[in-house]
Amino acid sequence: MKKPDVLTGEYFVQGNFALAEGAIAAGCRFYSAYPITPASSIAERMALRMPQVGGIFIQLEDEISSLMSVIGASWAGVKAMTATSGPGLSLMVESIGLAIMTETPCVIADMMRGGPSTGQPTKPSQQDVLQVRWAAHGDYEIITLAPYSVQEMFDLTIKAFNLAEKFRVPCFILADEIIAHTREKLVIPEPEKIKTVDRKKPKVPPEEYLPFKPDEDLVPPMSCFGEGYRFYATGLTHDESGHPDMSAKTQRELTSRLCEKIRKNKKEIITVEKYFLDDAETVIIAFGTPARAAKETVKIGREKGLKVGLLRLITVWPFPEEEVAKIVSEAKLIIVPEMNQGQIIREVKAASSTAPIISFPKVGEEPPTPNEILKIIEKNTS
Amino acid sequence: MKESIKHLTNHERKHPLDSYLRKGMIPHIWCPGCGNGVILNCFLQALKELHFNLDNLVVVSGIGCMGRISGYINADAFHTTHGRAIPFALGVKLAKPELKVVVFGGDGDLLAIGANHLIQAARRNIELTVILSNNFNYGMTGGQCGPTTPLNAVTTTSPYGNVEHPFNAVYLAAGSGATYVARWTAYHVRNLVDSIKKALLKKGFSFIEVISPCPEIYGRHTKHMNAVEMMKWLKQASIIQNKIDPIKAEITQNIIVVGEFVDKEKPEYTDLIWGKIGKVERTYHKE
Ligand code: SF4
Repeated sequence: MKKPDVLTGEYFVQGNFALAEGAIAAGCRFYSAYPITPASSIAERMALRMPQVGGIFIQLEDEISSLMSVIGASWAGVKAMTATSGPGLSLMVESIGLAIMTETPCVIADMMRGGPSTGQPTKPSQQDVLQVRWAAHGDYEIITLAPYSVQEMFDLTIKAFNLAEKFRVPCFILADEIIAHTREKLVIPEPEKIKTVDRKKPKVPPEEYLPFKPDEDLVPPMSCFGEGYRFYATGLTHDESGHPDMSAKTQRELTSRLCEKIRKNKKEIITVEKYFLDDAETVIIAFGTPARAAKETVKIGREKGLKVGLLRLITVWPFPEEEVAKIVSEAKLIIVPEMNQGQIIREVKAASSTAPIISFPKVGEEPPTPNEILKIIEKNTS
Repeated sequence: MKESIKHLTNHERKHPLDSYLRKGMIPHIWCPGCGNGVILNCFLQALKELHFNLDNLVVVSGIGCMGRISGYINADAFHTTHGRAIPFALGVKLAKPELKVVVFGGDGDLLAIGANHLIQAARRNIELTVILSNNFNYGMTGGQCGPTTPLNAVTTTSPYGNVEHPFNAVYLAAGSGATYVARWTAYHVRNLVDSIKKALLKKGFSFIEVISPCPEIYGRHTKHMNAVEMMKWLKQASIIQNKIDPIKAEITQNIIVVGEFVDKEKPEYTDLIWGKIGKVERTYHKE
């Protein structure tokens, strides 16, 4: 009897466990990484689990080779991922650019810790939120999902693979040390209830195949190594045939498409959670761990008669501009708690400037508490 | 015979290896007299002699003049970032072990920015064929000194003479665990073809260093030699010494020891990984 790969059932586990199981449920069969806190327990889980489900786990010499091998595996037709934290992410930057340029589906999990440099290896932060958006040089759009619970570590990892496959783009899972290590209930559904997406394959014979010619959705069908298409892909600017072309026209068209294939499909990519927003005068905008505190703040505030609500960003990139703009225009006060010196607030401000927007940066170790956020509301609304 | 060739236009002339070249990518970017063309020719010749099915081949390269080679071969091919061809190739090989994966790179690509990946892959003994084109400098960026540039050589970034000691690439690869190691020059065409054939059939990490003339940059600026003089130099300087210990495979500008230095057996990485997966999977499903 073959055991199912997906471990359907209820668990009380850490976020990193949930992430690993989510990846397996999504069809990931190649995991490559370098040890780093607080992502190492994902590698440990994958080292145990990958061979059980017929997949590959490898530990390589650094984060550069980890992501490069993921890109190689993806082009060999296997769903692949890596996980890391700040310093490792910094090493991956050039390879992220290659994955974007060659439109390689892959997933990168970043368990944020305090930085810059070695920073606080065992403490949570949200200091990489702009880095994951802008890491690589050049023009592009990227997808980033920010789980705020153990359950979402599972659910959003599946979604990350699906989006990566569909749009042929590296997709980030952006969490932090708290979500990585917190134990909570996880429910893994029956395998048939899990929706997975695979990349589009070419429908034309090899002689007619142009590896970077997009369909109407701006995403080109992807042939993989060993399938007889004998394609060529390069990090150089390339035309639809994949051949290098240094012309201004090709550079313009390629970078426009790399951006537009994400921008045009925002509706499908972006999800936010709206919590008590209908009549909210004060709106907290948060993602990840601080959104947990913010939810509590809303509960306490409502009990006190304050009209508080929460807009939780589940998709951080592409930034949910429209959702934020609408809420910001209707609110009297916006609070943005985040575990950094104030990064995502720049996007909130860019989306609108009608209501006062108050930054609540918190750096170092403790995430913002419900009462701290409440105090800011009370101070600014009385 | 000669007569009929004369009357053909360039367009009509067919080379016996034409079907091994990717359409639309020729002419290549290399300078006249560059050894990279010789390496490409020898590689294609080896494929032909082995009757190799190009659908089972993946060619991976990094950045530099040699990095462009992947575009010219009519197989699945990927031009990665500087120094990172080996870890990319490793991912491909593990994910689809039935494919033959070949990495090409220059001395900057494989011995400077990507040197760690080279020694780690050799240590793992993964079945990859890595072909190094060593021209003693960074050609594409204009002749800067690099990890194989001889001590005291004058280059664009060592105008007062190079102060660094060069790598001996075959000794490095052998010491790291490669199971097939050879060195030839662009002059040793027949030996190189034979070595590439052996490397392609090797169950393990195979490494071939090719001393490659770069007449346009290294030849012009450092050696003050043209393409023909460089070829003569390679012929005169090289000594064939098969089977000698790679530590003794001397490489200076006056003596270039060439030959096949290592050909041994050792458990291969892809086999070891997939063997483990098979075992774990069986026990897991029995539990
Ligand atoms: S610069 Fe040197 S190595 Fe590069 S193509 Fe020209 S001759 Fe060859």
